[in-house]
Amino acid sequence: MRRYSVFALAREALRGHTGWGRAWGAAAPRAAYDAVIVGAGGHGLATAYYLGRNHGIRNVAVLEKGWLGGGNTGRNTTIIRSNYLQDASAAIYEKARSLYETLSQELNFNVMFSPRGVMMLAQTEHEVKGYRRTAMANALQGVATEFIGPDRVKALVPIIRIDGPRYPVLGALWQPRGGTARHDAVAWGYARACAAMGMDIVENCAVTGIRVENGAVAGVETTRGPIATRRLGLVVAGHSSVLAAMAGFRLPIESLCLQALVSEPVKPCMDVVVMANTVHGYMSQSDKGEMVIGGGTDGFNNYSQRGSWHHIEETLRALCETFPVLSRLKMLRQWGGIVDMTGDRSPIISRAPVGGVFVNCGWGTGGFKAIPGSGWAMAELMARGEPGPLAAEFDMFRFREGRFIDESVAAGVAH
Amino acid sequence: MSFRLGHGGRLIDRARPLGFSFDGRRMTGFAGDTLAAALLGAGETLMGRSFKYHRPRGAVAAGVEEPNALMGIGSGPQAEPNARATVVELAEGLEATSQNRWPNLALDIGQLTGLGARLMPAGFYYKTFIHPRAAWKHVFEPVIRRAAGLGRAPRGPDPDRYEQLYAFADVVVAGGGVAGLHAARLAAEAGRRVIVFEQAAHWGGRAPVEGEPVGGLPADAWVAAQLADLAARPNVTLRARATVFGLHDHGYLLAEERCGEGGGTGPRRRLWRVRAGLTVVACGAFERPLPFAGNDRPGVMLAAAVRDYLVNWAVAPGRAVAVVTGCDDAYRTAMALAGAGVRVPVVADLRPGGGGALAARARAMGLRVADGACIARVLGGRSVTGVVLAPADGDGSGGEEIACDAVAMSGGWSPAVHLWSQPGGGLAWDADRGLFRPDPARAPTGADGRPMAVAVGAAAGELALDAALADADRALRAVLGLPAGAPPVTAATAEAPPRTAAMLPARAGHRLRAKAFLDFQNDVKVSDIELAAREGYVSVEHAKRYTTLGMATDQGKLSNVAGIAVLAEARGTPVPEVGTTTFRPPFVPVTIGGLAGEASGPLFQPVRMTPLHGWHAARGAVWEPVGLWRRAYAYPATGERTADAVAREVLAVRGRVGLLDASTLGKILVRGPDAGRFLDMLYVGMMSTLPVGRCRYGVMCNEQGFVTDDGVVARLGSETFLCHTTTGGADRIHGWMEEWLQTEWWDWKVWTLNLTEQFAQIAVAGPKARVLLERLGGMDVSREAQPFMRWAEGRLSGIAARVFRISFSGELSFEIAVAASDGPALWERLMAEGADLGVTPYGTEAMHVLRAEKGYIIVGDETDGTVTPRDLGLERMIASGKADFIGRRGMERAHLVDPGRWRLVGLAAEDGAVLPEGAYAATDARNANGQRVTEGRVTSSYFSPTLKCGIALGLVRRGPERMGEVLAFPAAGGRVLKARIVEPVFHDKDGARLNG
Repeated sequence: MRRYSVFALAREALRGHTGWGRAWGAAAPRAAYDAVIVGAGGHGLATAYYLGRNHGIRNVAVLEKGWLGGGNTGRNTTIIRSNYLQDASAAIYEKARSLYETLSQELNFNVMFSPRGVMMLAQTEHEVKGYRRTAMANALQGVATEFIGPDRVKALVPIIRIDGPRYPVLGALWQPRGGTARHDAVAWGYARACAAMGMDIVENCAVTGIRVENGAVAGVETTRGPIATRRLGLVVAGHSSVLAAMAGFRLPIESLCLQALVSEPVKPCMDVVVMANTVHGYMSQSDKGEMVIGGGTDGFNNYSQRGSWHHIEETLRALCETFPVLSRLKMLRQWGGIVDMTGDRSPIISRAPVGGVFVNCGWGTGGFKAIPGSGWAMAELMARGEPGPLAAEFDMFRFREGRFIDESVAAGVAH
Repeated sequence: MSFRLGHGGRLIDRARPLGFSFDGRRMTGFAGDTLAAALLGAGETLMGRSFKYHRPRGAVAAGVEEPNALMGIGSGPQAEPNARATVVELAEGLEATSQNRWPNLALDIGQLTGLGARLMPAGFYYKTFIHPRAAWKHVFEPVIRRAAGLGRAPRGPDPDRYEQLYAFADVVVAGGGVAGLHAARLAAEAGRRVIVFEQAAHWGGRAPVEGEPVGGLPADAWVAAQLADLAARPNVTLRARATVFGLHDHGYLLAEERCGEGGGTGPRRRLWRVRAGLTVVACGAFERPLPFAGNDRPGVMLAAAVRDYLVNWAVAPGRAVAVVTGCDDAYRTAMALAGAGVRVPVVADLRPGGGGALAARARAMGLRVADGACIARVLGGRSVTGVVLAPADGDGSGGEEIACDAVAMSGGWSPAVHLWSQPGGGLAWDADRGLFRPDPARAPTGADGRPMAVAVGAAAGELALDAALADADRALRAVLGLPAGAPPVTAATAEAPPRTAAMLPARAGHRLRAKAFLDFQNDVKVSDIELAAREGYVSVEHAKRYTTLGMATDQGKLSNVAGIAVLAEARGTPVPEVGTTTFRPPFVPVTIGGLAGEASGPLFQPVRMTPLHGWHAARGAVWEPVGLWRRAYAYPATGERTADAVAREVLAVRGRVGLLDASTLGKILVRGPDAGRFLDMLYVGMMSTLPVGRCRYGVMCNEQGFVTDDGVVARLGSETFLCHTTTGGADRIHGWMEEWLQTEWWDWKVWTLNLTEQFAQIAVAGPKARVLLERLGGMDVSREAQPFMRWAEGRLSGIAARVFRISFSGELSFEIAVAASDGPALWERLMAEGADLGVTPYGTEAMHVLRAEKGYIIVGDETDGTVTPRDLGLERMIASGKADFIGRRGMERAHLVDPGRWRLVGLAAEDGAVLPEGAYAATDARNANGQRVTEGRVTSSYFSPTLKCGIALGLVRRGPERMGEVLAFPAAGGRVLKARIVEPVFHDKDGARLNG
């Protein structure tokens, strides 16, 4: 792998940048692999990366039906935080956040992790209580958060309207080491590192069937031919149920459309990420200057990646109240992605009922922030055949036993 | 230098000069000008700076696709950033300010980045700024952020008004050009309800600019005749300055009307939300630039835009305009320029065989036409001084320098397929015409599975006037089921096939490729796309994201097809295999305030007010938002601290009598022969056995077995129940009831009605409550006549009332429900009659303290969606004799019956202090992830004025089995608070006061 650096860039500048090679190869699938991962999004690629890095399993293929990183990895609002209430969630998201801190150096690919701080506004007494509780839980979980008052909020976000009128800002849960990263770069960086370890990343390769023999996986059928493997990871977010059906089991997942939008770029006016759960909206400003905005999910299942318009209106209405400067900016683009929701809004990292099959899904509306931790835990699970401490509570059988990891408890929608 | 011609200009009124300013300089234009036309007329070609390299830029287009001439309009709270000067209508006193430059447009320091452009190809930032780690946050990112962005967001709240409306139409025509108007006419004549939206201030699109007659009339006259006809029809609505920006599933269409422009009054923007049976996509087409070095210099413009400026606004881009083209259309520009007296030193035609009839006419006019030639590079800096003419298939060496001060270019046309593609319409690559056009076989479909859109005219790829009209005629007749007819008569001009180019000249080296721009605003060059392909970003989506091609404010209207052509060449695959990126709404950027609409300020989630709201406000109540309500939190007297007011209110209830406005509590009437059976399913307890005249406390769970709401149910009649819910739960629980009735038990005879706002409800609580009610007179409220958990109807002080003997304070308490309109009178009577008893209004915080002293839970405090009735010590509520209820199976699961669950207890701090709410009790152990192991938490905590110490409720692992144990609660600053597990009832444990 050609190392990226400013020196390499300068050398290439002298010859018109003709010397750069592919970031990842255009691999054709081979007949068999030690492990096959379906889904070359952030979670799938991170799983492959840590399989190689932490467990020495490098005869790995990552299969992608479309283009790498084209699902929710490339559609989210790039927020990274770990201020979760429940222990299991806080552990895996904080693991992810801490891996993000050094990910650019680890991958030699600038993923632009920007620990600019994330705040979740408290706009009712109920939210104040909820976030104070979260801050106290976080302290015991080793997650650095604090509950701050309205004056601090205003100082950190000068464009915010603090005094309502509808929902005055009563304070916020503040995680100074949360932030954002460049979402595409996370996928590309992992892909490049996987390729450098000799793994095959196969794009335009849809899985059409899963071969099961004697209750255990034997391989997959794809649009580019059959591939044999004894260890199969399904990491396909919104389409998890479809793949599970191929292997003959069901998942407690509903697939819903979640929308986001960006404004035209403007000069920097907001340095931190703000989430306002009472009014259902969150916003940050990208390095390009666009205001990046996310809202609520549709109330019905679909796979179309086109959401209901009224959510856009509701989100913008709420954010115009919170950030009046937004009103005269223009919306540049809106889009949708299919999020995979579980009953407790927490993910599944689990062995499947079919031997050798492992599932990583259910990240719902907040998977991007988890990518490194999710990959770390999933790789551990696939390598050992049983979960490590990070994944232990996220098995898919918890719903039968009522062992919910319910995060909707503390916050409202955005998760 | 651009200039205004002495005559002509079909859209301007030379009798009405308008003064405006650009970067503080005063200038003059004419009524009818766009800002860009006025600036060009005043000789200003430099209008902006690009995003990345801060290169000098002028207007390249004349419409919404403009990527360069973005400006700030106005100042203060009414400023608008990133306005496209090409569509801003000039107005007297308009203030325009250039963007993304410092200190000024001509001397922008940012252009120094251009010197390092070789170090900054596409995606360079992924390869550097990696070390040292802290530098990204503290150095690199702040610098990048400051250099990025375009305009400045205005400060202060937006003083303008926005409006939204719904409309319904059989046919919506998006685009008021000739094809759109003809389509509208056919639909209107067929009796359909038609809405026609035209984004510009004027109708007719390009046809009047070309000047070819339509239907035997000059194009302008034909357009006027169509408009007059359509306007006279009751089934037609016409809207100019209204852009259809989104077509969503099932024909849900959105348009932004700019009412505030062109001297209009009313709202600044109006959002049209239209249910359209059929959408006619008649949005025309966008001309494409050509990729040659220096194609971004101010003065290099699209050929048709040059023609627009010339014909519409009598503005020429320069004294000598070189033309370079891959299609015949640009010859029209060359001839128009020559006809207006502007010198055209050369027309370079990429096609070795040259153009068709139009080229012949140009030659006949004496213009120099060079076939198989192109511009190898543009000379000049902030303006054009000349071009180098070279063979189109060469490497750009040699070449002939030609002096000129402007360039008109045409790389062919791209149909505006956005509305077609947004809801999933498919595209086909038309190799003959070199364009992606809508594929009628893959139209977006509506709810009935049939096509919901049809593209016509240039938007369908029919670029010539006669073909566009014929296409609109045929398509509309087919879709409307009309007999065949004839389109308006027009002259036909045969055009030679166009040629697209990935780079000009074709074999140019890196130096030229690194100056040939595809995406002007984002500074994406031919070399960048090639680099992306070299590095494996070969999917069109990867190339886009890696280079930012098509991600600027024009969303690739100019650049996408050219970029795809470069990618196709680099990959060695045909263009259609590369495909396009996804088209997403909006078609053009739309004002966010217009999408938010009227519902701002007091209309944003309007405050719900109880009938007594005014009374609370007049007494200086401190408010607490609860759901959409505002409830009185406390009533501090002048100079009194809120906490002191709460304590005073609590003691008043304990010692005398207090009044609480309980009107916000949900009141849902459930009625019908199956009402009892229904409520037995809804509540964990038994409701069907409740005798008429009695009340019963009920707890509801979701299917998982977790508590979701609680409240008192009163049986009003044999088939009628009144269910009280929490304030926040009223609408949700009503919806929950309906969901079950409509989806599961649709055959049960039960009706529900949310009566919450129909009643004012006042809690009269305290040892003197009965005395007070007796003073009002009219009802027997004695212990014998109305014991605890009974209700009665009658008249109190002459007011029809329903009196519930229920208590949430632990005191003797009555809740009186009266018609909403009688609420204030009853409240005033209670205050007046109780004055000497010390009657005291109390707010929600006193209510919370009172209930906590008594150990009553609040759903949302003691519960959070993970708490079962058993956890709350409410197992006695669960009816054992019932076959089923919602949550029954859920709460039998292993984890929910685990004896180790956290359960409700009281907590008493060892030093009598108030424990922090939300605090966790932690052990010294750590779990496998290194987290402190917790064993409980504080759910509610108050200072109890009654007990003169802190009290708390909490959930603790095996709590009820551990009475007397002391728990450790780590707090801020390393402190550890100690609290003892106690019974949750702190006050009147045997209920003597309640039953008094």
